[in-house]
Amino acid sequence: MSDVARTTEVAAADSPAIVKPRKRARSTKAMIDRYSWYELVGIYAGMALFLFFVLAPFIEGFLVSLKPLGLLFSTPYSFLPVNGSFDAYFTMWQSVPALGMHIFNSFFISSVVTLIVVIIVVPASYAFARFQFPGNGLMLAGFLAVNMFSGAVLLIPLFRLMRTLGLLNTYWAMIVPGAAFLIPSSIFLLRTYMMRIPKELDEAAWVDGASRLYTLRRVILPLAMPGIVVVAIMTFIGAYAQQFIFALTFNSKTEFMPLPVGLFAFFGKQEVVWNELMAASFVGILPVMIVIIFLQRYLVAGLTAGAVKQ
Amino acid sequence: MTSSRSAVIFALALLAPALLYILAIVAYPLVDTIILSFTNAALRPTYDFVGWANYQKIFGAGNFIDVIIRTFVWTFFSVAAKMVIGTMGATLLNSAIPGQTVFRILTMPPWIVPMAIGIFMWGWMYNGQFGMISGLLQNFGLIDGPWPFLAQGNSAFWATIVTDVWIGVPMVTIYLLAAMQSIPKDLYEAAWTDGAGRLYRFRRITLPLMVPAMLTMSLLSLIATFNSFDIIWILTQGGPSNQTTTMIIDTYKTAMGSRKYGEGAARAVVICIFVSLFCIVYFRAVRKLSQGEIK
Repeated sequence: MSDVARTTEVAAADSPAIVKPRKRARSTKAMIDRYSWYELVGIYAGMALFLFFVLAPFIEGFLVSLKPLGLLFSTPYSFLPVNGSFDAYFTMWQSVPALGMHIFNSFFISSVVTLIVVIIVVPASYAFARFQFPGNGLMLAGFLAVNMFSGAVLLIPLFRLMRTLGLLNTYWAMIVPGAAFLIPSSIFLLRTYMMRIPKELDEAAWVDGASRLYTLRRVILPLAMPGIVVVAIMTFIGAYAQQFIFALTFNSKTEFMPLPVGLFAFFGKQEVVWNELMAASFVGILPVMIVIIFLQRYLVAGLTAGAVKQ
Repeated sequence: MTSSRSAVIFALALLAPALLYILAIVAYPLVDTIILSFTNAALRPTYDFVGWANYQKIFGAGNFIDVIIRTFVWTFFSVAAKMVIGTMGATLLNSAIPGQTVFRILTMPPWIVPMAIGIFMWGWMYNGQFGMISGLLQNFGLIDGPWPFLAQGNSAFWATIVTDVWIGVPMVTIYLLAAMQSIPKDLYEAAWTDGAGRLYRFRRITLPLMVPAMLTMSLLSLIATFNSFDIIWILTQGGPSNQTTTMIIDTYKTAMGSRKYGEGAARAVVICIFVSLFCIVYFRAVRKLSQGEIK
């Protein structure tokens, strides 16, 4: 258990953490990583520039959410919110009455997608990780090929399919296709993880007379839990981040719209109330921001499971 | 646990849900797209087969070629910028300075937050009258009057690229960072002992060993960028005067705007053909690379 869990930790951990226990290596490392002052200035300046590019929209968005509309629509431009306030965070609930609903929908859709993906992916990954069957490699390649096609390319038949199944304008119209495109990379990720669990454990259970299903449930599942958690987190974040095109095309009912599409309708209005739009956006991204801070190690582990393999 | 018949059956049973799901929601629609591309399907329930008419129509009109060229230019600059900025970001994050974990966390937001919401923020930044970019440029006296980035075809084209780069950079950075950290430290220590400078070590150890990861990331970015829909749709909807209409936007407008499913499907098939070509080229490159390593 601990051995498997540590593999993820190591993959995610900073390099210093790995090196620390080795005394000799540490001293070399300290020397090799010694920067001269101008190198340090360069690194920090580069980092500042890089992070400014990455974070500028959030900084601007946050400042806009604080500015009163009058200041927002005035020239010359002022970067800082003079006499700013958090008013927009209160008035937006009246301007977009369905806002709470949209946030709930986003969570609800992502949660159901995650549930579906995990239920489907766990057995499939185990099959790929452990069993030799005809068409094994071909099938895995087939799953990975799904990543080549975006939902946008397959929109027309998906639309017709949803219409035939009577799913248009329901939650399922967003959940069903959303989950499909998250399954393949999850299988790949969890398969890689499960291959690290020693095969001897399965064999021992087999010798002791455990059935295959029992082995999966009682031996593999507990050991694979850290990997499953990573897959679940990645899926949830993927589902939360990408809910736009299906929700835009397959659903026109306000009460089912997830946050991005709900705000897009608000964005399209003639008079965009920008400070409220930005305030609502921030409320919508707050949950994932918190997730990043606490779970960033898992995110890195999830993203890099494929990378390290190659 | 040999590969007996019961083991094969068990494995296939485990796979069945995933297989059926993908067959129904991805494979069937893919086949349906190809079939529809040879029909005149529209909003009405019945349709007829029309042979190659859709393909003749889209390639005959001329502007489809423009759309393809525009898509390639858009994709090329976006992927190139993502790779360059991502490599620089990964190198910076890989340096042994205090605050590394915090910097790494700060890199992630564009990748993690709902894409559409990040794009809304860019939409405001590009606003000519009141947005940050035009505003700051005016404050510093770099431009004379307000510059509405999304209202002019040329600047809208580049503005959508910048936003696409912004969304793609975190993933490229974190992925390349992981690849960099998986390079054995001994190599650097050996080179350092031999007196190799930092730049030399980067050029002769880091970059060569990063080639496979960079190739993989280029392909992933290429496919994502080629299929990029949300950014352009939210910022410009393909305008002004189609200057930001890429193939995917073009397909969406034909299919969902004009409800010409048959013609839209033909356009979608062309996208699929290009994406498949990218993948073939990629696998060729990977094979060549691994053969080169073995020799």
